[in-house]
Amino acid sequence: MARLKVATATLAGCFGCHMSFLAIDERIFELVEHVEFDRSPINDIKKVGECDLGLIEGGLCNSENVEVLREFRKKCRILVAVGACAINGGLPAQRNPIPLSVILDEIYLGEAGIAHGVIPNDPELPLPLNKVHPLHEVVKIDYFLPGCPPSADVIWKFLTDLLAGREPEFGPELLHYD
Amino acid sequence: MKSFLLDGERISFEEGETILQAAIRAGKYIPHLCFHPEFRPHGSCKLCTVKIAGRQSASCTRLAAEGLEVESETAELNAERLLLTQMLFVEGNHFCPSCEKSGDCQLQATAYHLGMTSAHFDHFYPNRPVDASHPEYLLDFNRCILCSLCVRASRDVDNKNVFALAGRGIATHLVVNARSGKLGDTDFAATDKAASVCPVGVILKKGKGFSVPIGSRTFDKKEIGEWVDTRLKERT
Ligand code: SF4
Ligand code: SF4
Ligand code: FES
Repeated sequence: MARLKVATATLAGCFGCHMSFLAIDERIFELVEHVEFDRSPINDIKKVGECDLGLIEGGLCNSENVEVLREFRKKCRILVAVGACAINGGLPAQRNPIPLSVILDEIYLGEAGIAHGVIPNDPELPLPLNKVHPLHEVVKIDYFLPGCPPSADVIWKFLTDLLAGREPEFGPELLHYD
Repeated sequence: MKSFLLDGERISFEEGETILQAAIRAGKYIPHLCFHPEFRPHGSCKLCTVKIAGRQSASCTRLAAEGLEVESETAELNAERLLLTQMLFVEGNHFCPSCEKSGDCQLQATAYHLGMTSAHFDHFYPNRPVDASHPEYLLDFNRCILCSLCVRASRDVDNKNVFALAGRGIATHLVVNARSGKLGDTDFAATDKAASVCPVGVILKKGKGFSVPIGSRTFDKKEIGEWVDTRLKERT
């Protein structure tokens, strides 16, 4: 059986979902028999190739996030929003009710210690979006894995269901938003 | 005793009982959010919608009647309940991981029950500042689902009228009955029924957040369908 090609990325997330993925512990040996990693923070490959499965942690807070997400959607047959931030914006989205300009002014012009009287404007920096968005507001998402982070068991259940050709399902013991 | 059929199962009722009241007494779960066994029904959330003779009806306001054939656990009704729940999530700001009510919240537990993995729609991200003016309680309006239970509790049990729903349609919102609009300027007290009735994380006691560890909270231990009639047992 050909191994599934899997790519993963963190956008506006904290890497907690990736840490949770690694918390599948020794089950990872079983997993690598069935999957092969493409772009992922785990191997530091930077460009995503044609993949069967894309796992995305974090929502969209800047233009680069949107670019990476669109690239993943183009290259991945199945695209999955992993964790609270990918699903509803999560903690970063708690800035959404406040206008972006007010936040930038407060941090870079007002806050003691960080304020140098200028808002960073280097062309290398991706532009922040006015609001943080969950993934499904920008591209089609095939599956959602809730949790902050989703537990290793949720991730494992999803992957094993998928590998076995079953429709992934989470019973009440696995479905959590926190 | 008179009875009706709920998903083919015989449920007996007393004169004047609604379908939902009789179902809960029989230990049968019909999803609901704005209904509470101690209060008169409000009929606003529509989660409790059932089908009787091909027509939809809110089971919390529909009186039980002899021989009715009521459908509740159908794929069609649960799909509509899921949509209603998803709309409640996007209308407010529900960030469960940072909510004190997480694990004890009926909206969250209902969403689990219905298998919700995402809110599906675009989020509104409304701007609803928190009211922390009261020394013992805070109000986080971001999570209000407009069930009116606090309104009913304050008016009908506490005889105070601290809360009201203002506006219409999508502009409906919870207001506090003080000239300043602040809870600290009302006669709201920790002993009020209204202090403990909110099914979600709006009316919160200060200084006790996250006191119960994950794993021991209400809905960590019981699915909402099994929890729902515990409210009746607590009373008797
Ligand atoms: S009120 Fe309930 S659904 Fe809303 S954030 Fe809190 S736990 Fe989640
Ligand atoms: S504050 Fe709570 S009890 Fe009051 S209307 Fe909102 S959700 Fe219902
Ligand atoms: S419980 Fe019946 S409409 Fe809300």
